[in-house]
Amino acid sequence: MDFSQIFSVSLNSLNNNKLRASLTILGVVVGIFSIIVIMTIITMLQNSIENGVSQLSKNTFQIQKFPAMMGGGPGSRAKFRNRKDITMEDFYKLEETLKGVKYIGAEQWQFGKVIKYKNLSTNPNIQIIGETTGGIQTNDWHVEFGRSINEQDVQYSANVCLIGNDVIEKLFPGIDPIGQTIKVDNYPLMVIGILEQQAQMFGSSRDSRVVLPISTFQNIYGRRSRSVNIMVMSESKENYDDVIESATGHMRTIRKVKPGEENDFDIFSNESMISQINVMTGGIKIGALVVSIIALLAAGVGIMNIMLVSVTERTKEIGIRKAVGAKRSNILTQFLIEAIVLCLIGGFVGILLGVGIGNLAGSFLNAQSAIPYDWVAIGLSLCVLVGIIFGTYPAYKASNLDPIEALRYE
Amino acid sequence: MNIIKIEHIAKIYQLGTQEVKALADVSLKLDKNEYVAIMGPSGSGKSTLMNMLGCLDTPTSGIYEFTGKNVSEMTDNDLAKIRNQEIGFVFQTFNLLARSNALHNVELPLIYAGISAQERKERAEKALADVGLEDRIHHKPNELSGGQRQRVAIARALVTNPSIILADEPTGNLDSKTGEEIMGLFNELHEKGNTIILVTHEEYIAEHAVRIIRLRDGLVESDDVVRKRYIPIKNNLAKN
Ligand SMILES: Nc1ncnc2c1ncn2[C@@H]1O[C@H](COP(=O)(O)OP(=O)(O)OP(=O)(O)O)[C@@H](O)[C@H]1O
Ligand SMILES: [Mg+2]
Repeated sequence: MDFSQIFSVSLNSLNNNKLRASLTILGVVVGIFSIIVIMTIITMLQNSIENGVSQLSKNTFQIQKFPAMMGGGPGSRAKFRNRKDITMEDFYKLEETLKGVKYIGAEQWQFGKVIKYKNLSTNPNIQIIGETTGGIQTNDWHVEFGRSINEQDVQYSANVCLIGNDVIEKLFPGIDPIGQTIKVDNYPLMVIGILEQQAQMFGSSRDSRVVLPISTFQNIYGRRSRSVNIMVMSESKENYDDVIESATGHMRTIRKVKPGEENDFDIFSNESMISQINVMTGGIKIGALVVSIIALLAAGVGIMNIMLVSVTERTKEIGIRKAVGAKRSNILTQFLIEAIVLCLIGGFVGILLGVGIGNLAGSFLNAQSAIPYDWVAIGLSLCVLVGIIFGTYPAYKASNLDPIEALRYE
Repeated sequence: MNIIKIEHIAKIYQLGTQEVKALADVSLKLDKNEYVAIMGPSGSGKSTLMNMLGCLDTPTSGIYEFTGKNVSEMTDNDLAKIRNQEIGFVFQTFNLLARSNALHNVELPLIYAGISAQERKERAEKALADVGLEDRIHHKPNELSGGQRQRVAIARALVTNPSIILADEPTGNLDSKTGEEIMGLFNELHEKGNTIILVTHEEYIAEHAVRIIRLRDGLVESDDVVRKRYIPIKNNLAKN
């Protein structure tokens, strides 16, 4: 008796008990759904970062006062706050000494600003970014019309700026913005270039920004108001790790960190961001796994119950099968496969729902759609496992029935 | 060597304080190619004996040797194999799978014999045609008459070409014409060398057999060879 035969026998009998079967698998659906939906969303977020929609361009890392993502509980922020600010002097020293660099730049940010042009103004959602020329390159920003910021602009704190598309839409309907003067916190700046549009990330536009020379930025917001972020793009993928290492060394020297002391700055790259996301989502993943295993165990008990009822109801059928030559093992596999198939059907439904709803939820975060294939495989394996664990006892009971007793059962 | 040899077989059911001796003390020897009719009043233990011979039931005491081997020492798998390949059993109450059609019911022993789907279907159709049911193969038991169900049960017993046929009142639900046709099938099988044991209440059915064993109260009342060999029926089987 081959597998497909046993399989069709099993399917047939499930088909005869559709309603009961579908109620039974509900628990499996819930269990698999809960893990798949969470894994789908996490995978989508991870993919979005990995596929270069991330803040940092290729072969680029960033040095800043605060870590990119802060965990570590209360008090940790205070520890970072006590660090010295990273200054422009630090940046220039590093620029001078660091080797193997394609571009190096510094930047400072202000968020939630209103920009004015004549009597028009934007929503308070504009990012004001001070950059060195290298910073524009490490960010991989391009100027579509007009010109970019040059060394002289930075050196002489020229009152010029580049603007993103959202700003144009608000302030310059039908007007050429180049050459016009806008006001940032009452400070007049002439528009010299328009930034190329960028894809949204996590639902927020990256075109609502104004970019100006970092020196001008510091004139507006004060020289000592904030720490600067340093960005470094290595010459190649190969020397990336080396450049990170020597940048760390140079920064320690520049900032006079004593040997044996912790760095008083943070370096992060796409890789480090991804690994930090992994750390943060690890807990969520384990939680989802625990929930789904509990749901699956509950579902398994339900499946065992239904299988026991089914064995009793089908005693006569089992007797007939044995009377015409079914071995114990034939009956055992038949009922075991029924249990596994039940679980797998539940698993498939759970996966479909989980991937579907997960993608829907993820799309609100503007993450790229994804299917967590590894978790789909884990989920299906769990289903098979539950089917085997909870199907074995009923199947064993069925296979052990005495043929003549079973035949007499009414 | 006897293919079937039972010695002092008893089957006793304990119902509360009451003891029911379905078989009290039965000894029998059957050779290959015998044609035996078992008769006796209702409740005399005929079905109990047949179940025993068919390796479905186990005796309370006594020894059963099947082709020289002690059945009580056989494994479950050995017994399953004998039931599947050596014995064709027609139950008094048919015992068909209620939810499956005639074809699938007849295919069932072939499934457990590991025969391919294609061959299974062909053989099952042939067996159903042999009992005159070629136009009822897709009917479920509840869509068949009592006599038709009985014939599905017979087709299922014959489909594996077993060397021993155990039939518990195989013509009980059939009119005398169809009954004779079924007996014609058994006669043919007997001629081919098969061993046939059947239970019947009808003298005219028993007349096909070579040997008649009469049971009463779980004991053998008489055991006679009634003629040298059976008289072949000349007319071909009319197909339903
Ligand atoms: N499972 C059982 N439990 C208790 N008593 C039983 C059981 N099976 C059979 N008997 C008893 O054993 C006796 C013989 O039964 P059996 O079925 O062998 O009779 P039978 O000769 O086939 O009768 P019939 O011609 O009516 O089919 C009967 O008295 C019956 O009540
Ligand atoms: Mg009987």
